[in-house]
Amino acid sequence: MFPIVECREIAKNVILQRIEAPRIARKRKAGQFLIVRRGELSERIPLTIVGSDPADGTVTIIFQAVGKSTAELESLKAGDSLLDVVGPLGLATHVENLGTIVGIGGGIGTAPLLPIATAFQQAGNRLVSIVGARTKDLIILEEEMRAISDQITVTTDDGSYAKKGFVTTALQELIDAGTKIDLCVAIGPVPMMRAVAEVTRPHKIKTVVSLNPIMVDATGMCGACRVTVGGKTKFVCVDGPEFDGHEVDFKELVMRNRAYLREEKEAMDRYLHKDGKCMGSAAPGAGTPGGAGKAVVTTGGVS
Amino acid sequence: MADVTPTPKAPRPKVGSIPRQPMPEQPPKVRVKNFKEVPYGLTPDLAILEASRCIQCKNPACVKGCPVEVQIPEFIDLVRQGKFVEAAKKIKETNALPAICGRVCPQEEQCETPCVLGKKFEPVAIGRLERFVADFERVTGVVEIPEVAPPTGKRVAIVGAGPAGLTVAGDLVKLGHDVTMFEALHKPGGVLMYGIPEFRLPKDIVQAELDYICKLGVKLECNVVIGKSVTIDELLAEEGFHSVFIGTGAGLPYFMNIPGENLIGIYSANEYLTRSNLMKAYLFPEADTPIYRGKHVAVVGGGNVAMDAARTAMRMGAEKVYLVYRRSKKEMPARIEEIHHAEEEGIEFHLLTNPLRFLGNEESFVNEIECQRMELGEPDASGRRRPVPVKGSEFRLPVDTVVMSIGNGANPLVPATTPGLGTNKWGNILADQETGKTNKKGVFAGGDIVIGAATVILAMGAGRKAAAAMHSYMMTGAW
Ligand SMILES: Cc1cc2nc3c(=O)[nH]c(=O)nc-3n(C[C@H](O)[C@H](O)[C@H](O)COP(=O)(O)OP(=O)(O)OC[C@H]3O[C@@H](n4cnc5c(N)ncnc54)[C@H](O)[C@@H]3O)c2cc1C
Ligand code: SF4
Ligand code: FES
Repeated sequence: MFPIVECREIAKNVILQRIEAPRIARKRKAGQFLIVRRGELSERIPLTIVGSDPADGTVTIIFQAVGKSTAELESLKAGDSLLDVVGPLGLATHVENLGTIVGIGGGIGTAPLLPIATAFQQAGNRLVSIVGARTKDLIILEEEMRAISDQITVTTDDGSYAKKGFVTTALQELIDAGTKIDLCVAIGPVPMMRAVAEVTRPHKIKTVVSLNPIMVDATGMCGACRVTVGGKTKFVCVDGPEFDGHEVDFKELVMRNRAYLREEKEAMDRYLHKDGKCMGSAAPGAGTPGGAGKAVVTTGGVS
Repeated sequence: MADVTPTPKAPRPKVGSIPRQPMPEQPPKVRVKNFKEVPYGLTPDLAILEASRCIQCKNPACVKGCPVEVQIPEFIDLVRQGKFVEAAKKIKETNALPAICGRVCPQEEQCETPCVLGKKFEPVAIGRLERFVADFERVTGVVEIPEVAPPTGKRVAIVGAGPAGLTVAGDLVKLGHDVTMFEALHKPGGVLMYGIPEFRLPKDIVQAELDYICKLGVKLECNVVIGKSVTIDELLAEEGFHSVFIGTGAGLPYFMNIPGENLIGIYSANEYLTRSNLMKAYLFPEADTPIYRGKHVAVVGGGNVAMDAARTAMRMGAEKVYLVYRRSKKEMPARIEEIHHAEEEGIEFHLLTNPLRFLGNEESFVNEIECQRMELGEPDASGRRRPVPVKGSEFRLPVDTVVMSIGNGANPLVPATTPGLGTNKWGNILADQETGKTNKKGVFAGGDIVIGAATVILAMGAGRKAAAAMHSYMMTGAW
């Protein structure tokens, strides 16, 4: 059992949990994820590790309640426990001092971006951040990103906060202003990552994206997480989650993430119905439903 | 040795006068609608009758066919006398998991083929008897915990709680070592738990064997991926283990790398079976993990894994299940009994057929397989006749679910994170056949990770040998 020591809502339907998992806290590096399982009949949900404290043995995850499994996770409180937590999984981000890094977080994708951006900043890079979301309520970790960034732009699609527009608009402006960009790291909904890759492609700016396919074991044993990168099949859980954004077949990823839409809806309806709960629209529908089974958010890295 | 005087209940009959007793089982039409075990098991009367067929060879050929040399005539004679618990104990002297082996071992290739009775009559049903006594012991609740030697002060780490790792753990804990098993998944058991379906190997039986190993004092840490959560070197240098056994299995699914293989609805057998067995997706929405309940399912491959996938699809309500295999039935690596069960359950065999590509609808769901007919040519390296394509024989099979079951390779996670550990070109860990020693001091390996996807009993055999070598290494320090 893995006790939850802290639990709070950091934005509408976006939950931060700190979990006791000493082995993972000790080993994890930026870019890696873990798998959680709530109970005996629960599925395995991949979530990015946003932070960790090796001293007290805790790891931090951030997720958005979009389906039954995440809604169930959301209902847990500090003092409750998770049945299983496995990690750290996936390859760590390759971090080096390259010069100027542009870090782009879309929606909840800012959560997996934070540790990666922090690592690049600590390695001596100049960090330019773009944090965006559909609307004001969905902007997360703005202060944390601001604290590590040399320059930051916040965008909302609907203009309800900060700069109106997409993250790609802000990126294009940086490029147009002649900013020399050595690496772009983009994490968010698949359409956002694809759009970023298209903006950087003509300028030959190396672009890393973090993918969030459906997973089962997350140790390379099943192939549920396969994606096509540069014409070759890769298993995201062991070969990723980060890949060259100019090589990823995003269309295939979008399709594969829709594999269980019907089942996800069935499970969610049943969940809402069963407990007679009135949860309103628990699925805010940010981006495409994807992630692990009905579980995970859409928007970011494995998150 | 057991008392060999025949009891009045089971006189020794004239050789060959009693036919091999059939296994009572669920009728095909009934069983394809449930996940319950197919054979019911022998009754005590049938078991005694079957046991009385054994002629108690002085130089038993059956034992030589058994990879762990179970004392077959001895245990069978105990069955004949109705001493079922003693018979179980006899098997357990050499085989720690008889309830499992009695169900999944390919006896027709091991102990039963050489049985002398098979020359003129049918061989003794050794596997069914093994299964019977193990079940009897478990159900009657008289499983005894053997005595454990006094603590040696040596600590052993087992990586992977499949049959190989479980065997090493059981053997070494009895010798007084302090044993910890690390398992990547949330449940131990390896393929026994995540791969082989309930209807062939009920999970409560696997669980009972696991409970037994834990009762012996073995510690189990699930959710630890060695190489990620902690490395082999760290186990030895930082966590105070004196030796390590790697039994991580063959957990890397192969795909054909043909067009359309990433369409939705195409699974590896590992994914399909893991969803259904480990994650209990057949209970969806009771269980959270979903799985396609395809109406027209094609399983590509001809091994045990393919049979398990095909029969699982049937039980999840498929109208048609096709087995697509590029050679003929004779070359199928699956156990004869499983092929037979699959046929009885209505699985359609498309033999000498090879997929060329997968086609999908506008939402990327697979809806057809383009296949090609094959014919058998010259023998290849495996001695089996090589299938060659028949020109112009392409045809399409309408499907909504496909399970790729063309084999598993070695998962590279542990070798990739263990500097200096020797592997062959397929990624299997190099280990001595007799001792399980790798080229790294204190590190042993065995089972599928060493020999490639094989059998439960071979994994256990390797575990047994490695356990002996680990014991001697830890007690003497000599490598
Ligand atoms: C569907 C199916 C049906 C089969 N049917 C039969 C049959 O009828 N008869 C038969 O004899 N054989 C059968 N086999 C083969 C048999 O199951 C295997 O040969 C046997 O289980 C191998 O045992 P093992 O201990 O080497 O590995 P496994 O059983 O594969 O166990 C390995 C364990 O190690 C764990 N692991 C892997 N990597 C790590 C890591 N890095 N850290 C921690 N843990 C890790 C895995 O999660 C797993 O639990 C079948 C196999 C399959 C897949
Ligand atoms: S070879 Fe057959 S008859 Fe002889 S001891 Fe073994 S099981 Fe009995
Ligand atoms: S999730 Fe199973 S191989 Fe990646």
